[in-house]
Order: sequence, then structure tokens, then C-alpha cells
Amino acid sequence: MKFLSLVWSNLKRKKTRTALTLLSVFVAFVLFGLLCAIKEAFTAGVTMAGADRLISRHKVSLIMTLPVTYGPRMEAIDGVDLATHWTWFNGIYQDEPKNFFGSFPVEPISFLEMYPEYTLPEDQLKAWLNTRTGAVVGTTLVERFQWKIGDRIPLKSPIWPREGDEAWEFDIVGIYGTTENRGDPSGFFFRYDYFDEGRVNGKGEVGWYMVRVADPDRADEIAAAIDAEFANSPYETKTEPEGAFAQGFVQQMGNIGAMLVAILSAVFFTILLVAGNTMAQSVRERTEELGVLKAMGFSNGLVLSLVLAESCVIALLGGLAGLGVAWAITAGGSPVPDMLPVFFLPKPYLVIGVGLALGLGLIAGIFPAIQAMRLQVADALRRNA
Amino acid sequence: MSESNGVLVRVENVEKNFQRGSEKVHVLSGLNLEVPDGTFLALMGPSGSGKSTLLNLIGGLDRPTTGSVEVGGDRIDKLSGRQLAAWRARHIGFIFQFYNLLPVLTAERNVELPLLLTHLSKSERRKHVETALDVVGLSHRTRHYPRQLSGGEQQRVGIARAIVTDPTLLLCDEPTGDLDRKSGDDILELLQALNRDHGKTIVMVTHDPHASARASHTVYLDKGQLSLEPPE
Repeated sequence: MKFLSLVWSNLKRKKTRTALTLLSVFVAFVLFGLLCAIKEAFTAGVTMAGADRLISRHKVSLIMTLPVTYGPRMEAIDGVDLATHWTWFNGIYQDEPKNFFGSFPVEPISFLEMYPEYTLPEDQLKAWLNTRTGAVVGTTLVERFQWKIGDRIPLKSPIWPREGDEAWEFDIVGIYGTTENRGDPSGFFFRYDYFDEGRVNGKGEVGWYMVRVADPDRADEIAAAIDAEFANSPYETKTEPEGAFAQGFVQQMGNIGAMLVAILSAVFFTILLVAGNTMAQSVRERTEELGVLKAMGFSNGLVLSLVLAESCVIALLGGLAGLGVAWAITAGGSPVPDMLPVFFLPKPYLVIGVGLALGLGLIAGIFPAIQAMRLQVADALRRNA
Repeated sequence: MSESNGVLVRVENVEKNFQRGSEKVHVLSGLNLEVPDGTFLALMGPSGSGKSTLLNLIGGLDRPTTGSVEVGGDRIDKLSGRQLAAWRARHIGFIFQFYNLLPVLTAERNVELPLLLTHLSKSERRKHVETALDVVGLSHRTRHYPRQLSGGEQQRVGIARAIVTDPTLLLCDEPTGDLDRKSGDDILELLQALNRDHGKTIVMVTHDPHASARASHTVYLDKGQLSLEPPE
């Protein structure tokens, strides 16, 4: 600790240069934090997937429907604990295509039982069960449109027109929350019975099923049993773990992780050069001073540590500030909630960020530090003579 | 550190060669020197005579090509780099021609630097620093940076830094070479006082006869050889 003030004093030697280097490291880590949050947003479905949940859809395509009667048959299969269905509604608010969000008719009880990460107060659940047109809405969607409980919301669906071509009308009876950054807080869920009764076509059909298994270790076996149950029917199924399905969905957009790694690698390589150059210049400028320190008895190892410490302090200060700002930005919620409803910087990325900052400091400082360590005292002092 | 027969520094048959490109340069050849404890020795000679090289060998900053260097009974030419650094921290105080203060540190923090290598607490270090700055007459300039001090004052800080650990031996390389006559005299008086009142053994490289006159002994180095008489 007693050497820290020496390290700090050296960093203040060229304030502008240190500030600019700090700034470049800071910007790199803000970018790192935001890109990690974006990656997390794209892969939220994968990370939020329940290990005990399967998704069962039409074998041909997700857009093809399945009979609502499959639910009880799935629950009758050995190892299946619960089945509930979803249907993609594609609701649009106020006839404005930009007012689009995820909206789904569901069975309230089995839906909430399937997703314990979605929280709804008891009285609001009762209201949902008692209100045929009732809908529960996620917190970010409520914020987006400034809705409140009791509002009547008209939605139109290009997929599911209502009889008489009227808008679907829903009464907001509840606002659900999500726990521990799991679940999508931007959804709009309403009752399937109201939907099924009112739609022009496709009555008795649902989009896909979510199936909870009692023993996650048997997930593959149970998925095969479900598909076997409906084999050779007009509605054959394809069943797979929720995580695998979400992963496949994300990969349709490309390998998000690889793209982000490529961008961040370029950014960090550049920063490494900037920080490395700063340290090399800093060591070159004080050859005599390093010689004096060695003459006083500072060992080679101590000189190496001091230079490395300077480099690490720059990287850690810039890195921590950058991560802090990235965290603060993401904590403020998604800037585009309709596109990226789940937007936060998970703790593991913060830990990785700190590790990266430390690594950056060590790598940027190691060559100048070795140069300083190898400096011969007599040679260093002679340069001043 | 123990002295053998009152001799603090013993240099025996020292040869020092440098390789300059393909050419081998002989700087010191078969040199012998004994410095008794408590001596203020001036080492004179023309430029390039090897004065600084000899000083570096005595201070453990360099190693002889052949021969031995013994300081206070320690064969320092046999010590490893790490041991030598620790030995310098304990036993040697360097005073440089251009002061070599760290510009980013105040006077007191410059003086504190060698104490960072000790196990002293912060308050103990502060006491030592105050004492050293008091000895050199700079108690009133402790918070000043080198750029805010005159040359003479900077050299005083350099001396305070050299004595703060109470070393066995003070090695001065042209300590007045960058100062005007008045400041130079003040520094020489200070060195004399350290030798006389505090019993410090001092080896001072200089080519200024005025400076060497302040020393108790003077030796001359020319063409790698020592003598008691100035070279022709």
C-alpha cells in the first residue's frame, strides 16, 4: 500500500496523457457492458429457459397450429407434470404498426403455474379469472404506453380477425412483474376462451405447448414420447427443451455471440495498443528516475511491480468506471423496450469485465515493466550525465 | 556491517573493462584502494578517467571485471542482483550531480523514498524525514516540489534522501558540479558537517580542486590508476 501513492504520483506526471488513456479504456468498457447487455437481450430466451420445460410445436413450422385437445393428452404422458399453450396474437395498438408487442392468449392458471418467474398479485389474478376480457400486462409495456389497471385497450390482429372485423377489446386487470431478471416484462397476456370464442378462424387451435416435466433428466425421453403420441396425425409435433428451442431461434439471426466477440476483440486490441504505448512512453521518459530508484535499493522485481501497478491502475480505473456507467445505463431499462424487452447487465459479465480490465493492465504494462526491470543502474544514470 | 581494521572500503586488484562495439575499453586496471571508516575522501581526475566507474563499483551499481570490492567486510562483487539491491538500501546513500529528484514528489516524499524499503510505519518514516530535512536545513520547504526549489535546495533534498536511512557510506558524484560557487560551498560545508559531526564516511568524485580541498583525503585517478599526486 505504501507504494500506491508513488504509483499515483507517477500517473499524475502527464495528466492529459493519463486522462486520455483512461478515457479510451473507459469508452471500451462502456461498450463492453452495453454489448454484453445486448447479447443477453438476444439470448434472454436461452438463459431464462427452464431446465424442466419443453416446447412442443407443429412438426412442420412454428406458425402452424396444434389442437387445443393436445393439452390433456400431453399431461397424460408419463413424466409430464403440466402443459399449457401459447398462441401468437400479433396485436397492434391504435392501428399503428409501430405499436407492436408480444401478445398471447393463454390459460391463466396453468400459464402462471408454468412460469413462476411471472408474479401477479392474488387480487389481480382473481380479477383476471373473473373478467373474460381481462388482460395482464408486463411492467415495461405499462410504462411504454402509460397504461393502468382499469384501462380498456383495443388491439387489432392481422392474423386473428375478430368476428365483425372489430378491434379486440381488453380490460387491464393486472400488471405482472418478473423475478431475478427472468421472464419478459413486456408481454400482454389475455384469456384464451375470450379469444377462441371471438376469432373468425382457427377455433380450437393453439400455437404451441409448453410442457413441464417432473424430472429434467428425462426431458429427452419425454419429448420423444410426446412426439410419438401424435405421430402420423395431421398435427404431428416436434418437442424439444425450451433452451434448445430458444437457442435455435436466436441463431436464425446469426451468431450474436461471435459477432460481439469480434467487435470487442477489435476494440480491446486497439485499447491494448493505446495503453501499451502510454506505458512504454512513460517508462522511456524516466529511465534516469528508475535508475535512481534502483540505486537506492529498489529491486528489479519491485520496479517491475511498480510499472505493472501503474498500468493496472489505469486499466482498472477506466474499466470500473466504464462498467459502472454501462451498468447504470442498463439499470435504467431498455432504450428500445419493444425490440429488447430484457435489457440488463448480468453480474457474471461485471466479473468478466473486471478480469478483462486487470488483464488489459497486465498485458499493456508487461513489456515496459520488463524493460524497466532489465535497466542497468549505471547505464540509466549515465544517460543523465 | 563490520569494518576490518578500521577500513570501510577495500578495493583490490580491480579491473573494469567495457565492450564498445568490437573494441574493448580498459577503464580501471589493477586498482587498489582503501578507505578508512570516517574518512571524507575526494576522488579526482580528468573526464573519462574512471572516477564514476569506481564510485559505481564501490556503491554496488556495477561489478568489476576482475578483482574484489569489499565494503564493511561484505564482498559486494559476490552478491546477487537482489542481494546487492538490499545491501544498497541498507548501507549506501547516493548523491548525484543533477540531484535526480522525482519531479512528481514533494521534497519530503522524495526523502521518504528509501524508507519505503524498510519496515518503518508511516509515522516513523515521517519522523525520519523531518530529521533528515532538518539536518540539511530544509524543514521549511518540505511540501515544495523540486521545480519550486533552487539548485542548492534540490541538492540538499538529495542529501537528505541519501542520509535518511542512516547509511554506512555516502557516495557523491560531482555533488557541486551543477551549482554556483555559493551554493556549492554550502553543500560542501554540509558534507563536511555530516562527516565531522555525524561520522559519515564519504567518497566524493569531483574534478573541482575547490571541492576536493574540503575533503580530509584526496586521491587522483588517471588512466585507470590511482595516485596521491595529481597527474602531470
